[in-house]
Amino acid sequence: MAEPAQAGIGQPSLANALFVAPYMVLVTGLLFAPLALGIWLAFQDYDMLGGWAGGVGLENFQNLWDDRIFRGTVRNTIKFVLMTTPAFVILGLFLALALNNSLRRSAILRTIFFGSSVLSVTIVTLIWRLIYLPDRGLLADILALVSLPGVDMVNSQIWALPAIAIVTVWWIIGLPMTLFLAGLQQIPAELYEAAALDNASRWRTLISITLPSIRRTIVVVAVIEVILQFQLFGQALLITGGGPDNTTRPMVQFIYEAGFRDLQLGFAAAASQVLFVLMLIAALGQFWAGRRRA
Amino acid sequence: MSTYRQGRSLGDRLLLVAVVALAVIWIAPIVWVVGLSFKPNDVLMRTTGGILFPPFTTKNYADILAASQVFAWMLNSTIVAVGQTVLTLIIASLAGYGFARTNFPGRSALFVVVLAALAVPEQAIIVPLHTMFAAVDLHNTFVALIAPRLAFPFGVLLMTQYFRAIPPEIEEAALLDRASRLKVFWRIVLPLSIPAQATLGTYTFLHAWNEYFWPLVSATKPAMYTLTVGLASMQTNFAQTEGIGFLMAQAVFAGLPVLILYLFFQRHIVSAVAGGPVK
Repeated sequence: MAEPAQAGIGQPSLANALFVAPYMVLVTGLLFAPLALGIWLAFQDYDMLGGWAGGVGLENFQNLWDDRIFRGTVRNTIKFVLMTTPAFVILGLFLALALNNSLRRSAILRTIFFGSSVLSVTIVTLIWRLIYLPDRGLLADILALVSLPGVDMVNSQIWALPAIAIVTVWWIIGLPMTLFLAGLQQIPAELYEAAALDNASRWRTLISITLPSIRRTIVVVAVIEVILQFQLFGQALLITGGGPDNTTRPMVQFIYEAGFRDLQLGFAAAASQVLFVLMLIAALGQFWAGRRRA
Repeated sequence: MSTYRQGRSLGDRLLLVAVVALAVIWIAPIVWVVGLSFKPNDVLMRTTGGILFPPFTTKNYADILAASQVFAWMLNSTIVAVGQTVLTLIIASLAGYGFARTNFPGRSALFVVVLAALAVPEQAIIVPLHTMFAAVDLHNTFVALIAPRLAFPFGVLLMTQYFRAIPPEIEEAALLDRASRLKVFWRIVLPLSIPAQATLGTYTFLHAWNEYFWPLVSATKPAMYTLTVGLASMQTNFAQTEGIGFLMAQAVFAGLPVLILYLFFQRHIVSAVAGGPVK
């Protein structure tokens, strides 16, 4: 995004700060203040029913560490990120490569692939819960056509998380596809002209020109997807509710339940900090890996 | 820009077949659900096959008009989405202009603060944010539904980037004529930024319309539900429900406004997520 320092126009004047004042008030009051409050809460014994019972140091984090269900949500979330991120990168790149041209038919196909991402999570889960119905869902109907037995994916410990992953990829494949399309369109045409002069094959052009040129985009897409998929919540809550046997409960659902159902604010805030730190580590790690290779 | 020669090799055809097959997979769920929404509920209790054959009914849609709260929720969603969009455009444009084109002490430092805000996910602050709004008794109000999103920095950064790309010469001339800064912004810069306003506006509207987590914890009274939360509240006991057709009609009804918006403003939505126009 935008670079931090670039001189403006005109004389410096404190009055100019009024332009940014409304936003600075909002970001301070509604983003940094709750962030600070959340970090403070994470070290307090505070629940909505019992009230504030003072600081407890690292006890909330210790309790999280000892909580089998919380450890499960960390595992589930990481598994989910590992399932979806490669799918988003590979499928997104494939669609972008196939549809990066000015044909009308490609424009229509791009519209289709991006279209599902404008729907809300509620509509998407409504559709897919019906598709996954074991006795009369679309999936069962299609499997029956080829004489395969239906699987009750949503209630299967093995299939429930992949089922949520499939829904998620269907829902928002448009984002990585679009980011890859933007990346592909920045490759200078001269590079391709040179390759054409050399009679390079399509495959060879892809391997030695296209992919190296969008290496940065690939890293960016992977980082964005890791950050986004760590935030898995609505799909799991609405499709499986975290089950069967907690195999699909993500960290955000844990935060939701601890904070808003059990009203354990300190505990929930501690879980939020763990999620925040995990997301930062994953993003920084990938960024660093991408830099080193670049 | 077309980066490939449009040959008609076997490879091209296989690629086309694969992409079209994927597109069918992508669109099939939506077609199927639209079909189901026109089927009688008692038929759907037995089977969801044969959506192409009679009996058909429009009863499910008539039921929405008659009894359901979907209209009230849709109105709530509209108020929230429009309010958030208008306020975001005003606040982000002002701040973006301030950061991009004016000089004031502490500008660079404040901009770093805005960039840092980008790293803060909603989930990290939602519990304390809820506590703060509860402390001032603002839950189940439109203020609570609209305000928190205004603090996220995406719009400010988008507008900053856009204003920086506008040639400075026009403004410099106006400033030499001793026009006030606000006047330069209002009369000269803002009209030039209409494309960016459209992009940010469409994106903000969609995001607000589809938001789930914050409305779920803030609007707890059914009368204050947004469409997203309201539809979710009806999904319990899904497998046993006798009204699959009715549920699907509500899904179609709720999805239609955004799909129409998408078809009209696709270019703006795409350039918002890509950080620039995509051809």
